[in-house]
Amino acid sequence: MADIRNNFVGIKSPNPFWLASAPPTDKAYNVIRAFKAGWGGVVWKTLGEEGPPVVNVNGPRYGAIWGADRRLLGLNNIELITDRDLQTNLREMKQVKMDWPDRALIASIMVPCEEASWKAILPLVEETGADGIELNFGCPHGMSERGMGAAVGQVPEYIEMVVRWCKQYTRMPVITKLTPNITDIRKPARAAHAGGTDAVSLINTINSITGVDLDSFAPMPTIDGKGSHGGYCGPAVKPIAMNMVAEIARDPETSGLPISGIGGITTWRDAAEFLALGAGNVQVCTAAMTYGFKIVQEMIAGLENWMDEKGHRSLDDIIGRATPNVTDWQYLNLNYVAKAHIDQDACIKCGRCHIACEDTSHQAITSMVDGLRHFEVIEAECVGCNLCVNVCPVEGCITMEPLAAGAMDERTGKPVSPIYANWTTHPNNPMAKVAAE
Amino acid sequence: MATGHFLEGIAGGRLSSEQYADNFSDLHPPLDHHEALVESDRCYFCYDAPCMNACPTSIDIPLFIRQIATGNPLGSAKTIFDQNILGGMCARVCPTETLCEEVCVREVAEGKPVQIGRLQRYATDVAMSEDKQFYKRAEPTGKTVAVVGAGPAGLAAAHRLARHGHDVTILEARPKAGGLNEYGIAAYKSVDNFAQAEVDYVTAIGGIDIQNGKALGRDFQLSDLMRNYDAVFLGMGLGGVNALRADGEETDGVANAVEFIAELRQARDLSSLPVGRRVVVIGGGMTAIDAAVQSKLLGAEEVTICYRRGQEHMNASGFEQDLAAANGVTIRHWLQPKRVIAENGKVSGIELEYTAMNGDRLAGTGETLTLVADQVFKAIGQSFTPAVLNGSGEQIALEAGRIKVDAEGRTSLTKVWAGGDCIFGGDDLTVSAVAQGRDAAESINRALTSNGRA
Repeated sequence: MADIRNNFVGIKSPNPFWLASAPPTDKAYNVIRAFKAGWGGVVWKTLGEEGPPVVNVNGPRYGAIWGADRRLLGLNNIELITDRDLQTNLREMKQVKMDWPDRALIASIMVPCEEASWKAILPLVEETGADGIELNFGCPHGMSERGMGAAVGQVPEYIEMVVRWCKQYTRMPVITKLTPNITDIRKPARAAHAGGTDAVSLINTINSITGVDLDSFAPMPTIDGKGSHGGYCGPAVKPIAMNMVAEIARDPETSGLPISGIGGITTWRDAAEFLALGAGNVQVCTAAMTYGFKIVQEMIAGLENWMDEKGHRSLDDIIGRATPNVTDWQYLNLNYVAKAHIDQDACIKCGRCHIACEDTSHQAITSMVDGLRHFEVIEAECVGCNLCVNVCPVEGCITMEPLAAGAMDERTGKPVSPIYANWTTHPNNPMAKVAAE
Repeated sequence: MATGHFLEGIAGGRLSSEQYADNFSDLHPPLDHHEALVESDRCYFCYDAPCMNACPTSIDIPLFIRQIATGNPLGSAKTIFDQNILGGMCARVCPTETLCEEVCVREVAEGKPVQIGRLQRYATDVAMSEDKQFYKRAEPTGKTVAVVGAGPAGLAAAHRLARHGHDVTILEARPKAGGLNEYGIAAYKSVDNFAQAEVDYVTAIGGIDIQNGKALGRDFQLSDLMRNYDAVFLGMGLGGVNALRADGEETDGVANAVEFIAELRQARDLSSLPVGRRVVVIGGGMTAIDAAVQSKLLGAEEVTICYRRGQEHMNASGFEQDLAAANGVTIRHWLQPKRVIAENGKVSGIELEYTAMNGDRLAGTGETLTLVADQVFKAIGQSFTPAVLNGSGEQIALEAGRIKVDAEGRTSLTKVWAGGDCIFGGDDLTVSAVAQGRDAAESINRALTSNGRA
């Protein structure tokens, strides 16, 4: 049986599934329900400074986009950090940690970018027995207008500065949560690393408008006729998050820096993919907000089952296994040739592969053969682009089949070369010539 | 239980009034807004969609479903009406299970097609409930066209002709317009007087004058129309019912299924409509099913369909056969009627002979079976009665007993077009009649306006 116990920068949890700092972790009631459901840890919803708490809008706080059958694909929120009194949160955190000692409990913190503010709150948090802290440098709405959240996360120097303060004033492990609303995610990660952070977590939410009310001409979610960009999350952001995780994981300057992966994780498979790209554990929010806390049971069982099937004994066997395979385009093997193949038994003849290829790509799929509706790849035209695979409604019906070395590529009329060759040495690359000379 | 439940003979009042209402409620209740969105989500928007190719009127089904999914039901209705102005009725009565839904790729993939018929009903219901008219008449051409029969073919032709600016007069033998939509469809497929609502919706375009009680050959002749109008469209359907060719066919209690269905559709009070306690229906098509199921729903205790060939030969679709079975109708195969048995001048049973294929020929085996029955319905097909065409003018060419037309609906007579069940080569479907009426109207328009230009 696979062992999925997690040790993330010394913080232990029975599994790698934490709830991210967000509405589901705002108070003891929810967190206890989460722990009962099986979550390995929670990052408590972000605490602010002592004093009158922030206030939220009085609805709506969320917007969304949907796929077929109104499956929620992307969620956006304009909720701020906790709007509950600091002492109430600290008291509940302490009690919960006492009652659930085997679960991870992390405090997310966002206070003004002043040393005194951080110095003041850290001992209070430490006193709860929390396992660590997460610095919220990510929230893109509201708090950023006050110089916090993403406003810090977008300035690497500030990140480094605050991380240093935290490392100085607490013994707790420090996780720096990064905003994706930035051009190069490696810069803030390097800054956090330079400041001495124990780990980074990413991504926080993405600036977004989920819709426009076409009667009132107001962005959604709409508050009294106006809207503001909110933070976007959910399955739709997963590809963006995975790329950012991989960028940090393979950056030599941050090599080995632990990463807590966040962004659209909904199933065990999503989690496994983040782990493979270099995340040491994962944080989940939207999936729980969509389906409730029980989904963690699917994640745990699914991850264990896959690991057992593949013979992976512990998380260390899978974490970062895909990282070395993430490379730059220029190093991709240009001699690799794949062709689409349509399984005629699985094909339901919807014709979408044909029209996608015919209208928008390479005219490489038939629609009619000998007077019959028949969809088949014309290998002499197929560039192996994979569009047909992506638009086919039947999973596994169309596959990309690599041509073996020596096999004839009917499109180029040349046999497939067994030699790896990339753009850096390609004759069409002017830079390759310069390098050779 | 109603007191008349087990009355012998042909009697009404077999059920309670609630039971009548329940039995004859909508067979496929309309999809509500949520159901329509969920169902429309299932459409894959196929390329060169099989459903569209299977539709005799070539409705762009993927497009109209996508319009429902994107919150544009009126646009969806227009997509439907562009091809089929009787899209509302077709949504109710089309055997979708043998047309669009049979070839839906989700039928192929999952055995569960997108419910195209019900989605079509959803969109057309939205447009008709708002009385949204999509078409304006072209400038008047001054041309006049006579249409014989206000059934699906005639109405479709009239609407398209009116759109093109021609003045249309429809001559209809029955008191109401609609043809089989009004008189020939099972009541549970067209509830709430939908056929008349649709006639009103179609004729609202203007330029269509329907004259009821005018029968060809009785009240006017084809030659009159050819003389008085610029063009004539014949869409009068089938006037005759095939004979049983069994002894005792004239016995009291033997009736035509089509007449029974028409009577039922026109009945104000279903409890007043008499039906036998034990009913035998002879035939294997949709009419046989409609008559049998409705007999059962009217309270007949035993209803048996007898068909002279095998299950695989029945014209009624699998869905219709299942519907009959679900309503307690027994379908028996390889039986042909031999003799109607009478007692005191009334039907008391029917003697049938077993049949078998003898090479390519169907033949009686000599073995017989007698079923007790107090009512027998004939549903073995209708026939065209060419006599109505015999006026003072020249004869119209027929083929296999029906009017012969070319690909665009032209008969052998110049100025005369035809469509619907009265022509040869059709498939006796409402939707095909609509296509034929529409296409003949386009052909007439081309002829009257020098290729479409007035």
